[in-house]
Amino acid sequence: MNLLTLSWKYLSFRPLATGLNVILLAFGLAIITVLLLVQHQFEQKMTRDAAGIDLVVGAKGSPLQLILSSVYHIDFPTGNIKMEEAQRISRSRLVKQVIPLAMGDNVQGLRILGTNHDYLDLYAVKFTAGKAWEKPFEVTLGAESAQILGLKLGDSFSGSHGISVGSHDHDQHAFRVTGILAPSGKVVDRLVLTSIESVWYTHDESGGAEPDTTTEGEEVSIVVEEGTLEEGIDPHLLPVAARGFPISDQEREVTTMLVRYRNPMAAIQLPRMINSGTSMQAASPAFEMSRLFELLGVGISLLQGLAIALVVIAGLSIFIALYNSLKERKYDLAILRTLGASRGQLVGLVFLEGISLTVLGAIFGIAFGHGFLALIVELTSQELVSLIDPWVFLAEEGLIFGYALAVGIIASLIPAWSAYQTSIAKQLTKT
Amino acid sequence: MLLQSTSLSFAYPGQPSLSFPDFSLSGGEAVLLLGKSGSGKTTFLNLLAGLLSPSHGQVILDGVILSALQGHRLDLFRGQHIGIVFQKPHLIAALTVKQNLELAQFLSKKKGPSPLSLLQDLGIASKASAAVGTLSEGEAQRVSIARALINTPKLILADEPTSSLDDEHAQRVITLLKSEAAKIGAALVIVTHDQRVKSEVSQVLELKSA
Repeated sequence: MNLLTLSWKYLSFRPLATGLNVILLAFGLAIITVLLLVQHQFEQKMTRDAAGIDLVVGAKGSPLQLILSSVYHIDFPTGNIKMEEAQRISRSRLVKQVIPLAMGDNVQGLRILGTNHDYLDLYAVKFTAGKAWEKPFEVTLGAESAQILGLKLGDSFSGSHGISVGSHDHDQHAFRVTGILAPSGKVVDRLVLTSIESVWYTHDESGGAEPDTTTEGEEVSIVVEEGTLEEGIDPHLLPVAARGFPISDQEREVTTMLVRYRNPMAAIQLPRMINSGTSMQAASPAFEMSRLFELLGVGISLLQGLAIALVVIAGLSIFIALYNSLKERKYDLAILRTLGASRGQLVGLVFLEGISLTVLGAIFGIAFGHGFLALIVELTSQELVSLIDPWVFLAEEGLIFGYALAVGIIASLIPAWSAYQTSIAKQLTKT
Repeated sequence: MLLQSTSLSFAYPGQPSLSFPDFSLSGGEAVLLLGKSGSGKTTFLNLLAGLLSPSHGQVILDGVILSALQGHRLDLFRGQHIGIVFQKPHLIAALTVKQNLELAQFLSKKKGPSPLSLLQDLGIASKASAAVGTLSEGEAQRVSIARALINTPKLILADEPTSSLDDEHAQRVITLLKSEAAKIGAALVIVTHDQRVKSEVSQVLELKSA
């Protein structure tokens, strides 16, 4: 028997009041936990994935959509741009480097991204097996993609058309896995990377083999055949471009390109030049993301307000519970004193009760927060949400214990003072 | 002499001062404290227990002047050397019978007899892990006696310990108090106006109303 056991016995003697207080506090703290986790992970992911990308150039449309689709691979692309036009931008003296991207296919919802080896360098990837693609239809899998698809080096698979699951399959040309990346915690984990040529060739031929062939598809396949005939060699067997734009004798398209500025001056001149002088648009990830967070900010502050209100109400409720139970227990307190307890021990008992309640609340709150997030991640197919790892524990969660302790101590102050003041003799002679 | 009180007086604020007769008691002895209501029986008991401090005079228990002890030292001394039985049992309802005794041991920081063997002596060992709320009045009062005895005190104070009990239980409680006090050599002071008790204890101290 000690004070902690005694305080716990008192708490468990009133399970309903105790339970209510713990749950009330836990909910408030759970919301704070979720907000902390989501905010932290999003911001971290967003800044990490956008590192080294100053500008994204793509088809006209929503700039936010362009950023989401080209940098984070969550929204749909705004459309394609002509490669020739893109190449013109890349030759500008304001541009240090461009990485062209070609999108349009997926494997079981994982995006197939056509690009060059610069993209791998941008995210400083490491290989766990194999190496980067060198020929058309060779792919490198992100760590998570490899796990989801269950593919190993040398395995083949075919992609399907579109960004999300459910469209027709391109089964004429199977992709072959030649490299698997190590987990990086970045967007590449969930991608299937290949050359731009692979993406082109897939679409060149898909039209021809489809039963419901469109005239457009027909045309494309003819064009390819012509190209092949002219050169006399099958381009599918030639090595792909590892840097810069791929070489092609036809009019080709890419989806977007990631640009790195040569100097700070470019930040001012280049976007204006592209937006007004071409049929393309340029968007800055940093600017668009801060705009997105500003939009989300209202909702976040609303939730924060709710969480703080819940925590304050929980504190008040704990105060009332302690105060009431203490009024009922004045006699108990007097008895404890006659048994040898000091005033300090009674004060300690009250504080222990308050603090046990709030520490329990904090433990449950943090557990609820992570559990709730895990449930959401489990239930949703939304890619933005599935980026969150619900089992990451942040140092800031220590703060939640801090809040809880503060609530416990503040709620216990007045009851503890009243316990300190209890006069034993007066209490015992009262009948 | 184990317990000695000399020229004790006490005044509640705004009321005339109460004076108490000098008296002394050896270990193993018992005394009945009688008097009309308002004569200050309970006040006297509180003074003996150190729950109130006298305006004049002193209480000496086993050579220690109670009023000289302050704060936690007084609380601890009381916990270790004085056992108090109240009119109502006043057990801690959140704890079981055994835990109530363990709590008394913890607060007094004294290693006494095991709670179980004491409960056995008092014939309530079967209730050791029962919740306090399930006990009958008589059982609860016996547990409260056990709690008063658990630290083998030098002085046992009982304030109307039998007033809410029937004849059989009253008899049992008073016999228990007497025999257990004698066994551990403690002085026993019983405040009562219960006729059933008067016949059990020969030594009587009568308080006259002021």
